[in-house]
Amino acid sequence: MAASSAVTANYVLKPPPYALDALEPHMSKQTLEFHWGKHHRAYVENLKKQVLGTELEGKPLEHIIHSTYNNGELLPAFNNAAQAWNHEFFWESMKPGGGGKPSGELLALLERDFTSYEKFYEEFNAAAATQFGAGWAWLAYANDKLKVVKTPNAVNPLVLGSFPLLTIDVWEHAYYLDFQNRRPDYIKTFMTNLVSWEAVSARLEAAKAASSSSS
Amino acid sequence: MAIRCVASRKTLAGLKETSSRLLGFRGVQTFTLPDLPYDYGALEPAISGEIMQIHHQKHHQAYVTNYNNALEQLDQAVNKGDASTVVKLQSAIKFNGGGHVNHSIFWKNLAPVQEGGGEPPKGSLGSAIDTHFGSPEGLVKKMSAEGAAVQGSGWVWLGLDKELKKLVVDTTANQDPLVTKGGSLVPLVGIDVWEHAYYLQYKNVRPEYLKNVWKVINWKYASEVYEKECN
Repeated sequence: MAASSAVTANYVLKPPPYALDALEPHMSKQTLEFHWGKHHRAYVENLKKQVLGTELEGKPLEHIIHSTYNNGELLPAFNNAAQAWNHEFFWESMKPGGGGKPSGELLALLERDFTSYEKFYEEFNAAAATQFGAGWAWLAYANDKLKVVKTPNAVNPLVLGSFPLLTIDVWEHAYYLDFQNRRPDYIKTFMTNLVSWEAVSARLEAAKAASSSSS
Repeated sequence: MAIRCVASRKTLAGLKETSSRLLGFRGVQTFTLPDLPYDYGALEPAISGEIMQIHHQKHHQAYVTNYNNALEQLDQAVNKGDASTVVKLQSAIKFNGGGHVNHSIFWKNLAPVQEGGGEPPKGSLGSAIDTHFGSPEGLVKKMSAEGAAVQGSGWVWLGLDKELKKLVVDTTANQDPLVTKGGSLVPLVGIDVWEHAYYLQYKNVRPEYLKNVWKVINWKYASEVYEKECN
């Protein structure tokens, strides 16, 4: 079972690791107020109501995600559970003054698995831009390899057997107030000004440790 | 009032026909963005002019452009006998073609209040709604509930099942047209519940959008389609 580093907070709406206006002007305070304050909050609150009195109540979030994913035949609580997880992971994938290129081992692996950072950027950008409808684009780690993945709606790499390292939310609510239909501009801003490569590197370390300890 | 570009489409098609005959390969029908039969601001306050403009000029236009591109690539692949590319293009055709089909219906499903938007359905459609849903309010309640429950992007529909001769309420994901839920289904009213359809005005409160959109639903058009399909 893939580990998730710090995202196991059971049904708690954790605030982002920065103030709601700290990502301005790249992601507005208004967006954070709605995206975190309304959308993310609703997933957490609705999940709590949904599992109350069921066998899922009290189980760790990832357990709920895996069991309600149900090999693709999604059970009712999957949407709220996975979205609660995805959004916490998303806030932690960004930081004020973020963006630019990674360094160290992460950069080395990106260059190994994509031939260059630019090629990775191209692939990640394409995945985020072409995920039709609601969904997410990810950098993930599995079998000692980095790969770019895109997923619909609430699906995430955990249920696909990989370790998520980075994500961008491409549901329209993630960018509509700031960019309207211009998803490509949102993706570019995310990569240039928001990505927290420190968070990605830390997740990569955890993923590698989890992989080697289970092999 | 907006003018439909029928003449220019015919002219373009004519030129394409001639040039493809001369060059020896099949031309491709080009689809165009239909004009709205009302101004962008005419549906306020139910749907803001800002949303209508972006929805029409950006989102629907993008579906049309990408649909045409996909069809062009499909034509080339077919001519080359490139079977795997033909298959690979199917999702782009479904997404963008579906987006064009669905939005073309949607603009006709809406009308300014001064032009009958929101007036309850009458005639044979009105009776059929009473029969199947008890009342127009019953139908509205059902469609709004199902529209609110769509996870991610999609549409909620009132359709006519031509084979079973009954009205149905159903939802489709992304830009899947209603016919993907059943070959005999004819769309009468579709409501876009993609976030782009309401976010700038209603933000995360999709149920509020669904409550208000009924004030500008063009039941006259739905009745015309219903009567035509019933005969």
